[in-house]
Amino acid sequence: MDEQVLITMRDITKTFPGVVALNHAQLTLRKGEIHALMGENGAGKSTIIKCLTGVYERDDGEIKMDGVEGNIYNHSTQDAQKIGIATVYQEVNLCPNLCVAENLFIGREPKTKLGTVDWKTMFKMAQKLMDDLDITIDVTATLEHFSIAIQQMVAIARAVSMDCKVLILDEPTSSLDEKEVEKLFSLMRSLKQKGVGILFVTHFLEQVYEVCDRVTVMRNGKFVGEYNIDELPRLKLVAAMLGKDFDDLAAIKPEGATSTSDEVVLDAEGLSHKGTIKPFNFKIRKGEVVGVTGLLGSGRSEMVRCIYGADKAQSGTEIMHDKKLKINAPIDSIKSGMGFLPDDRKADGCIGDLSVRENIILALQARSGMFKRIPRAKQIEFADQFIDILKIKTASRETPLSQLSGGNQQKVILARWLCTHPDFLILDEPTRGIDIGTKTEFQKLVLKFASEGMSVVFISSEIEEMLRTCSRMCVMRDGEKVGEIEGEMTQESVMNAIAGGDKK
Amino acid sequence: MKNATRLPDTQKKRGVNGNTLLLLITIVLFVVMYATGCLVYARKGFAHLQTFLNLLITNAGLICVTCGMTCVMLTGGIDISVGSLIAMDCMILAYGMGTKGQPCILLILLVLAIGVVFGLVQGVLVGYLQIQPFIVTMAGMFFARGMTAVICTDQISITQQQNAMFYSWANAKIYLPKFLGYVNNAKKLQVPFIRPAVIIALLVVVVIFLVLRYTKFGRSLYAVGGNEVSAAMMGLNVKRTKMKAYILSSFLCSIGGICYCLNTMSGSVQQARGLEMDAIASAVIGGTLLTGGVGNVIGSLFGVLINGTINTLVTSNGKLLSSWANIATAALLCFFIILQSIVAYIRNRKK
Amino acid sequence: MNGVKNLTKKALFLPIFCMILVLLINLAKSPTFFSVAIQNGVLYGRLIDILNRGSEIAILAVGQTLVVAVSAGTDISVGSVMSLSACGCCMMLAGYGVNSATQLAVPMIVGMLFGVLLGGVSGAFNGTLVAKLKIQPMVATLILYTAARAIGLLLCDNQITYIRYEPYKYLGNFLPGFPVPTAILVTIAVVAVVSLLLKRTALGLYVQSVGINSRAARISGINSDQICFLCYLLCGLCAGIAGIVASSRIYSADSNNIGLNYELDAILAVALGGNSLAGGKFNMAGSIIGAYTIQAITTTLLAMGVSTDQAPVIKAVIVVLIVVVQAPVFKAWMSRRSARRLALASAATEQGKGMPVK
Repeated sequence: MDEQVLITMRDITKTFPGVVALNHAQLTLRKGEIHALMGENGAGKSTIIKCLTGVYERDDGEIKMDGVEGNIYNHSTQDAQKIGIATVYQEVNLCPNLCVAENLFIGREPKTKLGTVDWKTMFKMAQKLMDDLDITIDVTATLEHFSIAIQQMVAIARAVSMDCKVLILDEPTSSLDEKEVEKLFSLMRSLKQKGVGILFVTHFLEQVYEVCDRVTVMRNGKFVGEYNIDELPRLKLVAAMLGKDFDDLAAIKPEGATSTSDEVVLDAEGLSHKGTIKPFNFKIRKGEVVGVTGLLGSGRSEMVRCIYGADKAQSGTEIMHDKKLKINAPIDSIKSGMGFLPDDRKADGCIGDLSVRENIILALQARSGMFKRIPRAKQIEFADQFIDILKIKTASRETPLSQLSGGNQQKVILARWLCTHPDFLILDEPTRGIDIGTKTEFQKLVLKFASEGMSVVFISSEIEEMLRTCSRMCVMRDGEKVGEIEGEMTQESVMNAIAGGDKK
Repeated sequence: MKNATRLPDTQKKRGVNGNTLLLLITIVLFVVMYATGCLVYARKGFAHLQTFLNLLITNAGLICVTCGMTCVMLTGGIDISVGSLIAMDCMILAYGMGTKGQPCILLILLVLAIGVVFGLVQGVLVGYLQIQPFIVTMAGMFFARGMTAVICTDQISITQQQNAMFYSWANAKIYLPKFLGYVNNAKKLQVPFIRPAVIIALLVVVVIFLVLRYTKFGRSLYAVGGNEVSAAMMGLNVKRTKMKAYILSSFLCSIGGICYCLNTMSGSVQQARGLEMDAIASAVIGGTLLTGGVGNVIGSLFGVLINGTINTLVTSNGKLLSSWANIATAALLCFFIILQSIVAYIRNRKK
Repeated sequence: MNGVKNLTKKALFLPIFCMILVLLINLAKSPTFFSVAIQNGVLYGRLIDILNRGSEIAILAVGQTLVVAVSAGTDISVGSVMSLSACGCCMMLAGYGVNSATQLAVPMIVGMLFGVLLGGVSGAFNGTLVAKLKIQPMVATLILYTAARAIGLLLCDNQITYIRYEPYKYLGNFLPGFPVPTAILVTIAVVAVVSLLLKRTALGLYVQSVGINSRAARISGINSDQICFLCYLLCGLCAGIAGIVASSRIYSADSNNIGLNYELDAILAVALGGNSLAGGKFNMAGSIIGAYTIQAITTTLLAMGVSTDQAPVIKAVIVVLIVVVQAPVFKAWMSRRSARRLALASAATEQGKGMPVK
């Protein structure tokens, strides 16, 4: 094996009932490099990693690692850890009720001569470990006191302390703000210097270009290509992921301002929710598409949750179609003609064991009330209608939602809201974790609904996406709406607005 | 320039949080209740040291059981079979010594062995087959209670004739220093005493405290209760840890059963009904979180003392039915559960 | 082979299979098991006995199914609530402090409604703790498991209260001139009302949605807390009704014994009914069949000489067997075993056919 190569995976195949997740996939990781792993949903990124780390057992293929004899078969995460492969997931896998030091050393606590846990030594070692990595926190404090970003770094510190040769970071930046991302990157770079091979699984194109050396692209379970980042134009990368040319997205620029009427659909004044969003005003007209932008944690989701009533507004008024609204719970908003696609579809959207049909008609049923059941024939009609319109890939309308892929689940949740024919639809990160192909579809749909008279709020962490669909943007900062921008918008002007060059 | 992560000072405080608060409330509650009793029932001898020591004597069994319950609750589980297991143990001892005339040492070893096996079965079902602890231990509860009836449906007493050794242990008194005594109405010096069972119970508390704080097994209980998935990923054998927790619980329950039998000197089908309730209440009142990951045996000890104080208060009153003690314990448990719920809610809001 | 597998996957397979098994065992032991005769103007026979005495469990199972489905928890207080409702009813009818009454202090219907009301209040109490205060169901209901019986005892002034008034016995025994035991009619009524509620309204859909993902249900416009509360309330009402029926059978309120161990039977019925104890989707018909199966088991055990105190041993083992078979870990182990066997079999066939083995 080549001196610099750390891991080679070749001809990896893995099937699940009815689905070929990996089809002769391959991956090469070198020492001291940060290697991005990219691909749309269903590409096989998480599957190939799970085969490497012992969560899954592969059906076929060869994994070789520098310094380890022969073909590697990891049957558990412990096996993987023993040969130096560590993973840090997005949901931090530590124990929140234990202190930081203990989290760092669980399973290998320093022992006294009697064989009991040596707390003093553990605290000392933990403090040194964190200091060495430039993370200054009190290691005796309980983990749950710290932010997700810090918790993630503790997880990485644990991996480092176990002499990992390969560090896999699975979507680590999704919950971090810019400062925290920078901190993570500097940590990654220092690990790179030490010769650790880092596998960075992510959706964020910019981050890949900022910190990675090489990238492996996968699609539909197959290996597409491995490229050096500094020789790879963005266009070519996306093309590799999509398998086609990049024109599709470019074609979505809104033709000037889409003809929005002057009729104000929703007028909210002084809405606020304690602890999440400070008092704000919000207006939207018929057929308008408004974006909400800002750094992570600036209050984007909180603002729309407040408008919708998912978090009950504690002050202010909302007027819809000239009628004052009294919103105590989401059902009130639904009855007024609002719809809300939450950003966390697993926690707030999917009802996994129910069928696609039941999931689609759920909000409509809630609006009709418990005692007015929607007849089964009607339910079937609605379900079929939306499976067609949104091109939902499912075996049948009775398939449990949990058996669909992420992107199709998202489509079903969207169908749930479209079924209620809302006048005002809020889409909070509808394209997060979705492949580029489906992303494009969603954006086209949004513009279509707007042209048919629906008012839409569109939130995305990718500003470019919002620029393509929105005619106006609300700017959030630190839990407060600080302004709006409209007219000619560019990425630069939006960033300026977020940073502080805003105009009310 | 070092890119250090500086945090506001509030995040540097060590562990002073809702959980310590809960323990403090428990201790204060005990002191207040006991003090009230001393004031109100002073004439009935409540204020004597012996009353407090009697608390320990009567509840020695419950103390052992609650320690085991704490360990199980730390993993996020629960064990409602304890009352029935104690009944079964007492019946085995009473039947063995009374009807069958077997030596008590043999029977004690048998009871301990049964405790381990019982815990093993429950532990495997919960740990390895991942069945809900409530269902498994409920089945265990009915199984043990039923087995008690299978052994014998009558009540059996253990007398001095049947087993002198056991009898002597039951009636042994360990006297405390004379100066702690008082002179009663008959002008005799009453020196306070405790029984061997109390020593066993307190030993159990100390040992379990050390285990929870200083051994790998003890720490793994906390880890599993905090986040099972994470604990597994960090290399802990979650299944085995849970299984061991249930084995420990049933083993301690058997020790508790022996102490309980030393106190009641009998075995019957109706014995220890509702004891699981007392154990859970004591643990919860003592600051053990139902959701797991938080708890300690010192708090549980105070929980037992509070429970016992309620019972003593009701008995001292004389006019109240014993049902009131049950209701009071249930009400206190309700209060503490709601308190835990509120503390958790506040903590979530802060995030 | 595939046909059998498809059969086992059907929702009602488990309860019907168990029921048939128990009936066959009984039939083997006493060939006259299925005989039904009319004596003294009422229906007699072992089968009738099972249907009659299983009424309380069936009624409890209806409420318990909803509770399990909506909150993945179990209501362990139902037995004690039965006792509470019985004591409340008898206390009302006899007057406080009176332990044997031949005349009623209040109309019979008032007393009975009071008992059912106590059941409802208990259900509401549990519902508040679980739905509003988000306390784990198993612990929340543990409170009434202890307290309800004690409160019942207090209501009856610590004595067994007898209602020696003929019409009071009708509910648990027979209406004059009507051959079918009244308890069966009550059960049919309860099942009918609840089924109507579930099928004709969206309650069934709501309960399952909340049970599977209560946050998503709320965002979609369902009042998750209210639905959860409603299920516990219904369970309490069912326990109240069951308590009155049980009390009427023995025309008294024996606080220590009414409803004793019935919570095990109720949960067992739900589990036997093929319902997952982890909540979500549920099957009411399965629970009801399960309830009668449990009763059949109890009767069979009694006939074999196992007393009511000892029967829980067998039931505990049955519960464990069912949940083990239902457990995902066990199912996965079984499917791995059969997959391996299949692979070996196909490899053998390939070899037999002279084709190369993969």
